[in-house]
Amino acid sequence: MNALQNNLPYILAGISTGGQYALIAIGYTMVYGILRLINFAHGDVFMAAGLIMISAYGFMPLWVSIPFTIILTVLLGFAVERVAYKPLRTAPRMSIMISAIGMSYLLQNLALYFTGGLLKKYPTIPWISDSITIAGAITKRVTVITPFLTILLVVALVLLINHTKIGMAMRAVSKDFETAQLMGIKIDSVISTTFIIGSFLAAVGSILFFSNYPGVTPTVGGMPGLKAFVAAVFGGIGSIPGAVIGAFLIGICENIIKGVGLTTFSDAFTFVLLIAVLMFMPTGIFGEKVTDKV
Amino acid sequence: MENKLTFIKEKKYQLVAWAFLAALFIAIAVLEAVVPPTSILFTVLKKGAIYALVAVSMNLLNGFTGLFSLGQAGFMLLGAYTYAIFTIPLSAREQVYQYFNGGAIHFTLPVFVALILAGLVAALFAYLIGLPVLHLKSDYLAIATLGFAEIIRAIFQWDKLGVITNGSNLLRKYPVFRSTLFYFTVSGICIALILLLINSTYGRAFKAIRDDEVAAEAMGINLARHKQLSFTISSFFAGISGALLAMFQTTIQASQFKSAMTYEILLIVVIGGIGSVTGSCIASFLFIACSEWWLRFLDNANLNITPIQILRPGFRKVVFSVVIMLIVLFYQKGIMGEHEFSVAGIIKKLKGCKKAFRDLKLKFKKEGLEE
Amino acid sequence: MAEHVLEMKNVTMQFGGVVAVNNLSLEVNKGEIVSLIGPNGAGKTTAFNVVTGVYAPTNGAVYFNGNHIVENYPRGKMKKLYAGTNRGDYTKHIEPTPDVITKLGIARTFQNIRLWKSQTVFTNVLIAKHMRRTSNIFTATFRLNRKEEKKQREETAELLKILGLYDVKDELCTSLPYGLQRRLEIARALATNPSLLLLDEPAAGMNPQETAELTDFIRKIRDDFHLTVFMIEHHMDLVMDISDRIYVLNFGALIAKGTPEEIQNNPEVISAYLGESNDVR
Repeated sequence: MNALQNNLPYILAGISTGGQYALIAIGYTMVYGILRLINFAHGDVFMAAGLIMISAYGFMPLWVSIPFTIILTVLLGFAVERVAYKPLRTAPRMSIMISAIGMSYLLQNLALYFTGGLLKKYPTIPWISDSITIAGAITKRVTVITPFLTILLVVALVLLINHTKIGMAMRAVSKDFETAQLMGIKIDSVISTTFIIGSFLAAVGSILFFSNYPGVTPTVGGMPGLKAFVAAVFGGIGSIPGAVIGAFLIGICENIIKGVGLTTFSDAFTFVLLIAVLMFMPTGIFGEKVTDKV
Repeated sequence: MENKLTFIKEKKYQLVAWAFLAALFIAIAVLEAVVPPTSILFTVLKKGAIYALVAVSMNLLNGFTGLFSLGQAGFMLLGAYTYAIFTIPLSAREQVYQYFNGGAIHFTLPVFVALILAGLVAALFAYLIGLPVLHLKSDYLAIATLGFAEIIRAIFQWDKLGVITNGSNLLRKYPVFRSTLFYFTVSGICIALILLLINSTYGRAFKAIRDDEVAAEAMGINLARHKQLSFTISSFFAGISGALLAMFQTTIQASQFKSAMTYEILLIVVIGGIGSVTGSCIASFLFIACSEWWLRFLDNANLNITPIQILRPGFRKVVFSVVIMLIVLFYQKGIMGEHEFSVAGIIKKLKGCKKAFRDLKLKFKKEGLEE
Repeated sequence: MAEHVLEMKNVTMQFGGVVAVNNLSLEVNKGEIVSLIGPNGAGKTTAFNVVTGVYAPTNGAVYFNGNHIVENYPRGKMKKLYAGTNRGDYTKHIEPTPDVITKLGIARTFQNIRLWKSQTVFTNVLIAKHMRRTSNIFTATFRLNRKEEKKQREETAELLKILGLYDVKDELCTSLPYGLQRRLEIARALATNPSLLLLDEPAAGMNPQETAELTDFIRKIRDDFHLTVFMIEHHMDLVMDISDRIYVLNFGALIAKGTPEEIQNNPEVISAYLGESNDVR
């Protein structure tokens, strides 16, 4: 019981971070499922959401700045797709990936320019940032809210994908891009919707994440972004439940590693997991095996 | 007869190319004698030469073999550290490894041995990493190599290995070279070797893998072995460029070899043209010149003419990123596309210009007559 | 009795629950031109892919000149899913990669042309000679292999001359007309010095005249290069004209085999594939 007591803060932190990674991971897995593109800029959109909130809070009350942040983040994600990915839809895969990297670079440099490289402190949102005690461990309320909110949003998303017209369109496009176009599906709308949903979830995730870790720097999106991507790969690229499970796994494991004292390697764990997945189970736990036609 | 004529022509062009290179080296020697050594020109030239080598090595992998790898920074790190660790003079080790009781290594290697060793260590790691990873599809390969680079960086920052790596502290006091000619010579030789490889039968096999690996395999090219070869050789040269970077900077630290460094190299390759060695070289110098020298004014807050402080530190990088996005979106072929800088190419272009000019003159003449 | 050049025994190829090739057994003898025909999706290219090592069969074996080159039996996931027969007859696991099979002397062309688009006609064929090199990466880089390189270039030039492609040798392969591109793919396959040539729909997209030229061309290279030819085709005039024997596949299974006359008069083949019209000579 004592071991549990000692490790509880880490496990709770793990569940919390896992949920936050999950919200980011969904964006990655959806975009990859449809465009076969690793949206390197997604982690930076997450970071931008944090910075937008900080500036907005400077001249708006909280109940305005939160929706404002979400709307602006969604617009940013939408804009990134239109500017950097849409023009390259027929270009070779490498070009669009380079564009994603370039976009990530641009967003980070913009953030660096606007913040002057200084760490910016995230506003403390009352109630969710309050400390509470669970089974003797002291943590923030946001830690408990995150998993529930995450699961709620994921369920809503899965319902949307399986029971609405636009959801069906998204499924069709991720199965076969060209045929979906031929069948009259408006590709641009589907892709934009995907990015909008992904950015919305990233914005929500950023609110939760930065309530937990209130320091925002221009490069803060790099690691969570990469980890979220690995979560998506682990779960099977294109599978939303898989990405969520992967994210919670990463969140919990990395915090346990921190708890054991090997903090330098908490990040490396994610990559070890990635390599293991790619070597032994490249389609992830829920992915479908695809054979190339020769 | 026709063969003999083209043979002589080719030899002529080769002579011109050699003459150009010789002129370049003489120019640098002259500059070093004339211009004060602290001039930023030399920083740009040295760093440009170093990045040219690593860009060409990345191009070998990405542009010529079609393997999208993002692990370059990791291999540079391995090369830089190998060089530094094995050349820090014994007398300085106590100081450098001050938290680790002088470190575990108590011998030094001659500079050139260490330089080659830097490449070999990087190549060895590449070989080990390549085994499980090279058969993956391009996006997965990119992320896997990126991941390995990050793991390597984490390992080199780990305190427990500090007796060798000095943990998160800098490595310094190893032998350095100040002469620009040195960097050009080493880079030049390495790039020349890569060019020889690319134009050999193995280079052609790499290009076949890039263009269509299913067909390549069907024509008897063992994919796993050739991909391994390309990956290992590319990493060897990335390791050497890492060692050169260590010499140039005089201190190195694992934390600087982040994935951002790999992205910059990738962007240099894209700007120069994926599949063009001369393109990578030219783009490298342009990139370094812009980022270290020519665009510096963009960061100077004193130059603002409007009340709004647009120009301030960080603006340079923003402008830079925008330019890169423009190139990636509208000018995907880069400066050189898939072509190399060749005397024949220039003459062709000049002839083309001449003809275009003549046609234009004819057109105006015609219109003049008709009036 | 001389052994067969190529022999497929009980080859079944199953992708998940889909049986693409069902218990296919066939033989090709030295010097023959044998065709594999059948409706689209019948599993013909899949059969080729098993022979050339692109896929490992779910069950069955392939022999080349009597040597065992491919064999497999249902393992792992396939243990449960395997729906075919002859389970248990095959116990070995021989799964070479395509380059190994090419080195043995089996070369192929592709249904959709797979030339190396950035390279010239000459280089496309020259690259196919890489597999016969004796140099290693060091000797090649430092140009110690000049003799071998020269020899390979000469052989390539010879091959191009024989196949009528020498005039366009320095053109980008993508600038060639379609028919010449197909011929180039065959040239490339021949550059690997094969004894068995697998042609996957060589006449695809050709008009009747081009098809007639191709018929003579295939006979010529079979004679000049001492080849055995195994061909997938839909152009029945070419098939009936040139084939010594024909195998007919439908839904992955062999429904008929025999000489062109036998096949033309086979009622099952007619109903499944050929049709009752006068298209077939």
